[in-house]
Amino acid sequence: MAGLATTFGSGAMTNSISEIEQADVIIVSGSNTTEAHPQIARRIIDAVDGSAGLIVIDPRKTDISKFASVHLQIRPGTDIPLLNCIMRIILDENLVDDVFIEMRTENYVVLRDMLYRLDLDETAAETGVSLEKIRRAAKLFGRAHKGVFCYCLGITQHICGTDNVRSIANLAMLTGNVEKQDTGVDPLRGQNNVQGACDMGALPNVFPGYQGVADPTAREKFSRAWKSELSDKPGLTLLDMTHKSRENGLHAMFIMGENPMLSDPVQDKVKETFDSLEFLAVADIFLTETARCAHVVFPAASFAEKSGTFTNSERRVQHVRQAIEPIGDSRTDSEIITDLSAGMGYAMAYDNPAEIMEEIAMLTPLYGGMHHDRLNENWGLQWPCPDRNHPGTPYLHKHSFTRGKGLFQPASHQEPGEPPDEQYPFKLMTGRVYHHYHTGAMTRASHLLSRECPRALLEINPEDADRLGVRDGEYVTLSTRRGNITICTKITDRVQPGMLYTSFHFHEAPVNKLTIGSVDPTAKCPEYKICAARLERIQS
Amino acid sequence: MQYTLTTCAHCGCGCGVYLHTENGRVVGSAPSKNHPVSRGNLCVKGWHLHDFIHSPHRLTTPLIRKNGVLVPADWEEALDFTATSLTRIKKDHGPDAIGVVSSAKCTNEENFLLQKFTRAVLQTNNIDHCARL
Repeated sequence: MAGLATTFGSGAMTNSISEIEQADVIIVSGSNTTEAHPQIARRIIDAVDGSAGLIVIDPRKTDISKFASVHLQIRPGTDIPLLNCIMRIILDENLVDDVFIEMRTENYVVLRDMLYRLDLDETAAETGVSLEKIRRAAKLFGRAHKGVFCYCLGITQHICGTDNVRSIANLAMLTGNVEKQDTGVDPLRGQNNVQGACDMGALPNVFPGYQGVADPTAREKFSRAWKSELSDKPGLTLLDMTHKSRENGLHAMFIMGENPMLSDPVQDKVKETFDSLEFLAVADIFLTETARCAHVVFPAASFAEKSGTFTNSERRVQHVRQAIEPIGDSRTDSEIITDLSAGMGYAMAYDNPAEIMEEIAMLTPLYGGMHHDRLNENWGLQWPCPDRNHPGTPYLHKHSFTRGKGLFQPASHQEPGEPPDEQYPFKLMTGRVYHHYHTGAMTRASHLLSRECPRALLEINPEDADRLGVRDGEYVTLSTRRGNITICTKITDRVQPGMLYTSFHFHEAPVNKLTIGSVDPTAKCPEYKICAARLERIQS
Repeated sequence: MQYTLTTCAHCGCGCGVYLHTENGRVVGSAPSKNHPVSRGNLCVKGWHLHDFIHSPHRLTTPLIRKNGVLVPADWEEALDFTATSLTRIKKDHGPDAIGVVSSAKCTNEENFLLQKFTRAVLQTNNIDHCARL
């Protein structure tokens, strides 16, 4: 999100989901949309049915790529050179939106000069895609009246994730495809309330509504409302906690509804951290791999047993309604937090979640008009919604960017943290599958979902499988410099030769034992999409 | 049979789902016809949204580690032990010695409360969640 926040001033999907099907050209990059965001994929396919052009940028032959007019099967980690090529061609073909650039953006000259210095043939060669194919995609997008750019973790989970996003923003501004209805830049959010958790300030550097902890005015406001002295020092990010607890002087952790033992890279390091903590408390609905390391485990109520709101990918704040009483002796996370707070001498008195939302609305301009009674009408509200009479905002940056003018920030290619070599010749990529969600704690408890997708599969190209003598469905040892796992193979041309792909939903094949600890320096996103790996047959 | 309109918890699309309940048990899920995202449609994860709710593996009682193993405890003991431990560590090592991980699966209200607890009670900004994963 850091990439969009600095260019546009707001790090969220600029469109509504329903706008996507109105676009006439859609680019999908680093998103396995049909499996990870099925309803958004449906809109994209509807748009294609209605004659929209679709450009898919992905090293793998994903299902959505079958609907593409152009599929740019780049080498993993070469998004920036590809986007730079596309922009240079748009410049050469004179398809730039001069008026938009002049009126709404700044720093264009720096981007233009960088693009003119580019050697097109050389840069195209870096991506592994023919220049002719890139030209087709560039012309298609350049001529769009309503262009939408959707991307997902295939863009952000790289060492250069922030620069990848900036390049996408550059392309959108260059062609004037933002600030208008049915055009925009759409980061698809992976988890049901990842947008809301960010909005609510579950981040180390901001209060709710992205108000900086280092900003004295914001700090004073929250300090007065909460009647407490607040720290102005930005806190530790997740990986700074789970990987570097000792360096950062961490002695205790409280974890609510997360499973870093499976979701964070370099599992051994996370385990070491949890074992070394003086105190670890976990609240969860299942005894996850993380909860097993804790000193105290609180049984939490699931989404069906409580009320509140989730914010979806299109910034829509919607109701979650209680269907049944909490199971067994479990309690809602709100109850656990308020009880704990009372135990530490700070009373938080709320009768119901609606009252909590009143406090959120009071302190957070983005959510200023989000009251539970209003959210009950229609289908929730999309932020920004500053006051009770505001109808919500279907698309962002109408007439002007949140930060004023859109900022062009040119970027150039960066090699991944760990390129393949003789010892570890494969590029290993990770992602999600259709039937499971995140670390699998919920979906794997469903026997039907587990029946459909019972185990982790390692996708390998037939050419590589032949060379190594690996059969389809055979268990192999997959290793990287961090460790090794045993995993079942699936021979398929969805991956190119030299690449491997698997998912992170299965604790029996914890791919995070393998993934690399390097992160994007700005957004601190781990480089899940590429690391060097080796595959060996198991000798019997 | 009762029907509760709620929001699906399995991805960022945020589809409108009806949970079907019978005798205090959630027994089915079905899409909302008019919801702007789902429009009468759900993916396989949405249709099976209710499957995990009554799983026998759900945690139903607090657990505390004693002599190296997690054993059932009552709420008061678990809450007391946590409050005392956090207070002690904050006093001995300072507020920044405590880290908090919030959740992209919990509600806005819960995320708000947890960051408020972290900032106003523990008095540190050490809070994050897995937005980057």
